Amino acid sequence: MEVLAAVLITVVGAATPLLFAAVGELVVEKSGVLNLGVEGMMVLGAVGAFAVTLTTGSATIGILAGAAAGAAMALVFALLTLTLLANQVASGLALTIFGIGASALIGRSFVGMPVDRLPQLDLPGLSGLAIVGPLLFGHDALVYLSILSIPATIWFLERSRAGLVLRSIGENHQAAHALGHPVIMVRYLALLFGGAMAGLGGAYLSLAYTPMWAENMTAGRGWIALALVVFATWRPGRLLLGAYLFGGITVAQLHVQGFGFAIPAQFLSMLPYLATIAALVAISADGTRARLNAPASLGRIFHPET
Amino acid sequence: MKTSLIKHIALCFGAAITAAGFSLAAPGAAQAETLKVGFVYVGPVGDHGWTYRHDVGRKAIDKAFGDKVKTTLVESVKEGADAERVIRQLAASGHKLIFTTSFGFMNPTLKVAKSFPDVRFEHATGYKQSANVATYGARFYEGRHIAGLIAGKMTKSNVIGYIGSFPIPEVVRGINAFTLALRQVNAKATVKVVWVNTWYDPGKEGAAAKALIDQGADVILQHTDSPAAVQAAQERGVWAVGQASDMTHFGPRSHLTAIVDVWDGYYVARAKAVMDGTWKSGDTWGGLKQGMLAMAPYNTAIPADVRAMAEKAQADIMAGTLHAFAGPIRDQMGVEKVSAGKNLDDGALLSMNWYVEGVQGKLPK
Repeated sequence: MEVLAAVLITVVGAATPLLFAAVGELVVEKSGVLNLGVEGMMVLGAVGAFAVTLTTGSATIGILAGAAAGAAMALVFALLTLTLLANQVASGLALTIFGIGASALIGRSFVGMPVDRLPQLDLPGLSGLAIVGPLLFGHDALVYLSILSIPATIWFLERSRAGLVLRSIGENHQAAHALGHPVIMVRYLALLFGGAMAGLGGAYLSLAYTPMWAENMTAGRGWIALALVVFATWRPGRLLLGAYLFGGITVAQLHVQGFGFAIPAQFLSMLPYLATIAALVAISADGTRARLNAPASLGRIFHPET
Repeated sequence: MKTSLIKHIALCFGAAITAAGFSLAAPGAAQAETLKVGFVYVGPVGDHGWTYRHDVGRKAIDKAFGDKVKTTLVESVKEGADAERVIRQLAASGHKLIFTTSFGFMNPTLKVAKSFPDVRFEHATGYKQSANVATYGARFYEGRHIAGLIAGKMTKSNVIGYIGSFPIPEVVRGINAFTLALRQVNAKATVKVVWVNTWYDPGKEGAAAKALIDQGADVILQHTDSPAAVQAAQERGVWAVGQASDMTHFGPRSHLTAIVDVWDGYYVARAKAVMDGTWKSGDTWGGLKQGMLAMAPYNTAIPADVRAMAEKAQADIMAGTLHAFAGPIRDQMGVEKVSAGKNLDDGALLSMNWYVEGVQGKLPK
């Protein structure tokens, strides 16, 4: 049982960066913008958080810097696609490539330096309990923040007026514009939120999951986060499930190998991606449900004059 | 339309990145005496592993010859068509000695070498040579032998976790050399291998280390490039052996030692050979004796007798009296592959695709 708890804790670690980045992208896509630059924002968040934590000695300031770095990248994307009306797909890809390069440049002098892991919660009496102690009360602040972001996002999107406006813009930006909603401004804010969340995901990687900076350390997690949004059919609740499922598969495939089951490692490595494709197929098989959930204006350029 | 646009943009960025790499090569070549040396890396210099150690070798050339050489590096070059373009560009821009430091650069290197007969090429870890293409590599398995002796003495659970990158002979050879030495000093110990299918993904390497630790391993070996496994070992309070460079500061309590790549001596010697006009093609597969690898400082927690045993093994390997693959060697089925008194020859080492006794699980093919 001790082992089970340890395994589940590893799963939480694998899922948290995905959850952060995916929640941010979900809100962005709900506003009708497709930002493929998640990977770039994440990796810049990772280097920003690491560099600032190391120089200031404060992990809190480091985490904020990570979020700010991600948001700054998102601002560039917003300028390009919302103000200058550049193609979202191309700009997003460019953002990823730029982010990987820029983070490597910034991180040059930080390679090979260790930093203290984020402190883990230690509640007297509770954290020491067998199994449930470390599982429920033994994580760092970012893990709890990532989980709390789900009910917060659900409330925002489904219960708040601002969330309703955001969703209406994502469904039909011309109609929302005609009603007097500030399409561009709302999308700017959504993108900044998405960037900050991707930055937090990166910060979790470089400060908690593997507390170090190494070039391109996100290693494709931004793309998985993008896939997760589709996997979850744009619903935050399913996103939580999806992120933990992905984290679980990632860790499970390593365990399966360790136990010596004769399943090819390469097959296990592709399982998370197979799951995404399966989800995509399942979604498109049921056309009405997909139409209900996917923002109708997703990826379309908004120009008030047209 | 959309995809072609994306492709176009990706190409532009690729070109921009390569151009940025080349900007390091300042328009020197003013003096005819200056030897221009080019380096093509598969990863970023900042990987703290494989590529980083090659770059340390490049700097050794700079240091040894000062103004007489000019070194250029191009990092993160994809194996394949892109590599050929980069190598060709280096050769065309006056580089007379070019190091291509990844296995996948083999065919591009040979192809470019044909068009530039007066340029010398050095290809790491390959097996095809030509008149102006030499190959080189290091016998890292000698270091794995020493790590195996130490791990066998340090383990309490008798389970060793080994993180593999890809099931290629280089990695399998390391696992086998380690396991043979491990079981020489501790017959009860076994090795669990987890393949991560990447050379470099800190998150996945760390997760693999944790998975192995959760399954009872108390010493973690890695054949991947990031220090994440050492870090995970430190967090969970078990031992670890680093890879490619000294990873002590990522887990000072856990880091037993590391098998460190040392290219400095070879690179300086080859640059000097070109300057002197004595450069010859050939294959160099050097070990501890030639100084192409070294053991990182041993953890002070290692008992004195274990340390002495490791140091003696190192001395014996260097003296040629100890071979990491000395018989008898049995495979997983218990079939004798090498009889007592014989050593496995280099050909068998280079094509190794089977596990020795003591490794758990099946080798993926």
